[in-house]
Amino acid sequence: MDARILDELRAIVDGRGLISSPEELHTYECDGLTNLRVMPRAVLLPTSTGQVQAILRICHREKIPFVARGSGTGLSGGALPVENGVVISLARMNRILEVDFPNARAVVEPGVINLDVTARILHNEYFYAPDPSSQSICSIGGNVAENSGGAHCLKYGFTTTHVLGLDVVLPDGTLVHLGGKALDAPGYDLAGVFVGSEGTLGIATKIILRIVKRPECVRTLLAAFPSTNEAGAAVSGIIAAGMLPAAIEMMDNLAIQAAEAAVRANYPNCGALLLVELDGPLAEVETLMTHVNEICLSNGASEIRLAQSDAERALVWKGRKAAFAAMGRISPNYIVQDGVIPRTSLPQVMGEIVRLSQEAGLRVANVFHAGDGNLHPLVLYDRRIPGQEEAAEALSSNILELCIAAGGSITGEHGVGEDKKKMMSKMFAEPDLLTMQRVRNAFDPLQLSNPTKIFPTPRLCGEKPGKYTPHPLESSGLAERF
Amino acid sequence: MDAATPSQPATLHSSFRYKLISFIGPEHVRATSAVDAIVGVQPKVLVAPGNERELAEVLRLSNEAGLAVIPSGGGTKRCWGNPPSRADLVLSTARLNETTEHAWADLTVTVEAGCTIQKLQEALAEHGQRLALDPLWPEKATVGGVLSANDSGALRLRFGALRDLIIGVTLALPDGTLASSGGKVVKNVAGYDLPKLATGAFGTLGVITRAVFRLHPLPRHTRSFTVATSTGEETRRFVQAVQNSKLAHTALQGRFESGISPLVDVLFEGTEAGLSAQEAHLKILAETSAVTEASPEVWKARQGLWSFTKPESAALAKFSILPAEIEKSMETIAKSAGTRRLQWKAVVQATGIGWLRLQGDAKDLRVSLQELRELFERSAGSLIVFYRPAAMPAIDTWGGAGDAFPLMKAVKQQLDPRNTLNPGRFVGGI
Repeated sequence: MDARILDELRAIVDGRGLISSPEELHTYECDGLTNLRVMPRAVLLPTSTGQVQAILRICHREKIPFVARGSGTGLSGGALPVENGVVISLARMNRILEVDFPNARAVVEPGVINLDVTARILHNEYFYAPDPSSQSICSIGGNVAENSGGAHCLKYGFTTTHVLGLDVVLPDGTLVHLGGKALDAPGYDLAGVFVGSEGTLGIATKIILRIVKRPECVRTLLAAFPSTNEAGAAVSGIIAAGMLPAAIEMMDNLAIQAAEAAVRANYPNCGALLLVELDGPLAEVETLMTHVNEICLSNGASEIRLAQSDAERALVWKGRKAAFAAMGRISPNYIVQDGVIPRTSLPQVMGEIVRLSQEAGLRVANVFHAGDGNLHPLVLYDRRIPGQEEAAEALSSNILELCIAAGGSITGEHGVGEDKKKMMSKMFAEPDLLTMQRVRNAFDPLQLSNPTKIFPTPRLCGEKPGKYTPHPLESSGLAERF
Repeated sequence: MDAATPSQPATLHSSFRYKLISFIGPEHVRATSAVDAIVGVQPKVLVAPGNERELAEVLRLSNEAGLAVIPSGGGTKRCWGNPPSRADLVLSTARLNETTEHAWADLTVTVEAGCTIQKLQEALAEHGQRLALDPLWPEKATVGGVLSANDSGALRLRFGALRDLIIGVTLALPDGTLASSGGKVVKNVAGYDLPKLATGAFGTLGVITRAVFRLHPLPRHTRSFTVATSTGEETRRFVQAVQNSKLAHTALQGRFESGISPLVDVLFEGTEAGLSAQEAHLKILAETSAVTEASPEVWKARQGLWSFTKPESAALAKFSILPAEIEKSMETIAKSAGTRRLQWKAVVQATGIGWLRLQGDAKDLRVSLQELRELFERSAGSLIVFYRPAAMPAIDTWGGAGDAFPLMKAVKQQLDPRNTLNPGRFVGGI
């Protein structure tokens, strides 16, 4: 990229919005998946849709690949820069443009932090439902790219459920409005296609969100089981009884130990811990919670606690949400995996994970969104021991193959990004992937928008796989791996 | 797009028909009659393949031969959409009608496109579950047809629309490709979300052969109430109060009619204890309006609009408005209809999606629908005309698709470059 183009870009973003010095660019060379790093040619920080359009027109004219970036908390390398490309950070487009309570909508810019939406509407007893555990730092734009979930998506749905409309700048600089404040706009549901497309179809510059009234009451139950099998049977029992809890989370013994060491959530020391949250009208929740209690007992729960206050509830969740970062307390290094299985295959898949773990001589801690079968196995290892990192990577990847074999998915919420694109052809057949590429061609015929992600391609020479080191946000305690 | 397609044979070449017959059997290829007409256009032949591979092959052969294909399920929405610019072959999913896998403990189901909603619901009910959707004519409408038309009813308020319930899809594309996306698990972000693209695409991108849905438990108990409000303002206040309350209602709809006071229906599902508490809360919110327990039949009001006594003088439209503008929109309708002495009746869900039947002089129907479309579009909404009497001057079914229309055309061009599927029937002539 020659200096003339850089000058042109600088003029668009008013000088201060362009970063091109190598020392400053380091911040942007990776996202939450820190073992993959690529140095971008420049980083642009536009402040308006018009600026994003102007930047993309130049990228289009000069065929410069670009990668949009929110807070950089993604765990699949979705915001990994592309060699000789630019990064477009939406961090300065962070205004909540409109809150419309009568219609239960909020209109935001992509750089708005997830939790800030709820903070703005809480006084009127509303909340924004998708709650990835990085929600205190991740951006709505990033959530849109990844179709982020969270513990409560079991009941409330994912980001895509809550995005009603988008202003999108297409890779040639054209602005289009997808969806809208009212439902079912005539034509194809391109907003539905855009959400979760991991930045490969363009850049969202304005997002219309659905907001939700807070339930009358929330109750959280903690149950201790001898093993994940009994806990899993209790989950099946709850589902079979026709209940749809707001969240059902499970942790195995290793994960419990780590969480205890990290935040002293006062968890019972047991084989598996189940956390069940019900919300809704008081009378309804109390009746159903009695049932949940009975189901847990009949499946061998040795101890059951009902969080009695908001403070107790917060502590229960703190232990769960800290589980990833807590691994640092019991292991020098770890890999976070994200896979999905049909919930009923949990005992079989867990058995296989134990077998693989023993074969590899490595410990695996397990944290699940048990209600929807989303597994987060954490493979623990010590990089200083020769060969262990490779063994850990192989084990982590084998666990994903178990998920595929069980009829599940290679990712439930972290995305494919750079990290898992080689697994895509194990989950999908060639015609499936080619069909997705045809849709991509309609949006981005020159393949400029995050061009190297999601779909399997030979590794590019510019990518330098390196060792895992904590992201600066993680080290500073601002982010957790969930 | 039509310019790029080859010239059409006046009748289906006998060699092509022979190919079809030898391929899927003579009993599954038949000549069409007047009842098979698609928005007034008569197709030539109806083909019912026995499985998705056969279906994809028939589609590929037709595409190669330059024939226009109309995908068809139960045929309940034959009158929906613009008249196709061409129609040669009706591709029926009638023989793809099995529930392939009900993974009840995982709350998912894989079902073939030609299965009727009722047959699917009956299978799911054996394990106390349901597809949380109440589309029109469930005894005839099929999974593929309901998905393609994106038809949802009152349950949408609580459970979302089809886009929120579908988790996987298999599409047959005009080039014979069978492409799957999504999967069999509820939580899955691998690859593009093509189930959403197929939903509401009106069969113009590919033929849905199979879908996977997330399921919900059948409710333990249900209770419906009707609240009689005396003025539009009272309706607005009550609906807003319910929506802004902490009630966990499953559905909320308003029924409006020329010259009659509006009625509001509320549906609760849950435990007996929960229902009683919510009923008490509802009565407080209703203030002075009368609250009566209602029959579940009130939730068929939307379908009831389609029971015309005079089909030659009635039109039917779906509209979408902002949820807080229901009452205002009803005033708009009353004014537009009143000026032209049209009778009107509407059912509007709290989501802002409503259905309107207008009755009267055919020319006036056209003027009123056009006027309402312009007014709704001006405040972010839309109006889609699904039925018009033969005497009414033509009106575009869909209205505008906004500045994303070129992108929609590009998507169509990628998946159906020869314009084989439902040509001209969808938005903007797609």
